Amino acid sequence: MNEGRVIAIVPAYNEAGAIAGIVDEIRAFDSAFDVVVVDDGSTDATASVAASRGAAVVVLPFNLGIGGAVQTGFKYALEHRYELAVRLDGDGQHDPAELPKLLAPVRNGEADIVTGSRFAGHDSYRPPFARRIGITWFARLVSLLIHQRLTDTTSGFQALNRKGIALFAGDYPSDYPEVEATLLVHKHRLRLVEVPVRMREREHGESSITFARSVYYVFKVTLALFVAMARKVTLPEQEAAPR
Amino acid sequence: MTPVKISIAASIASLLLLLIVFELIRGRRLKERYALLWIATGLVLLVLSAWRGGLNTIAGWMGVSTYPPAILFAVATLFVIIVLLYYSTVLSKLADENTVLAQELSLLRERLDGLEARE
Repeated sequence: MNEGRVIAIVPAYNEAGAIAGIVDEIRAFDSAFDVVVVDDGSTDATASVAASRGAAVVVLPFNLGIGGAVQTGFKYALEHRYELAVRLDGDGQHDPAELPKLLAPVRNGEADIVTGSRFAGHDSYRPPFARRIGITWFARLVSLLIHQRLTDTTSGFQALNRKGIALFAGDYPSDYPEVEATLLVHKHRLRLVEVPVRMREREHGESSITFARSVYYVFKVTLALFVAMARKVTLPEQEAAPR
Repeated sequence: MTPVKISIAASIASLLLLLIVFELIRGRRLKERYALLWIATGLVLLVLSAWRGGLNTIAGWMGVSTYPPAILFAVATLFVIIVLLYYSTVLSKLADENTVLAQELSLLRERLDGLEARE
């Protein structure tokens, strides 16, 4: 029913200040895009603000964390049979003007999933030192594990085709999900491509990740990566052979 | 040899555990599937507490010559660890199922809101 249409998935947690701007920007970039905002148990007006801008709004009854929220968006995209999906964060970091770069490899059939990398290009974005170490660690580790050079495995700025949507709707990790998801993509033999993009500074609010948390996440996600490597691949229902 | 007082006290404690578990099941406050491990714990501890010769023999195998009741502690600890691990898996499964329910609920509500708005 949505053949050839693109859905923009925007997970948002207490982003009432930024969400209207993001929805408007996506619409301004391409009015043919449908937008679904996944409100991850916000306590502010995120849901109503997003709805007032004409986005579809899926409201989670409580906070699931970024992984659960993003997966809800993929399930929405799968149920409504969207051909393509893009994912942008609800804090305004991801600039819709960069979307053509993300969509091109998916549209011309070179990739199933395209990730916007902050480091693949020359105009490098400079995150704080501690975070840069974490980002580099995961990029190197994942590159090693999947035998494909990647520069930014923590980026949530992505474009996906039906295969990518089906994979993530069926199975998506919980916190700091992008790193593990990269491995999942590899294990399911989908084609992943990185393209350089510019990202903006956050417009509103604080990043949800504090220093102590990032240390915890580095350990947790590293453990999860090795466990995921050892795990048997269970194909999501949509990919399974028809009976 | 195990002091008699310890055997009696440990037997009573094991029986109490079994009794409490039974009462919880009877009152439907504990599902049988989660009670099985506790019943096994209670039974094993009861046998080891009451059967003094057996406890001494096992202590001998383990090289514990001075104080056989130490085996009771070891066995009790082992069972508690097993029960805890089992509960961690139950908890993880519940958390996953909870996530799926929340997602399905939110997607259904969005769909329902859309249908109602169309009417």
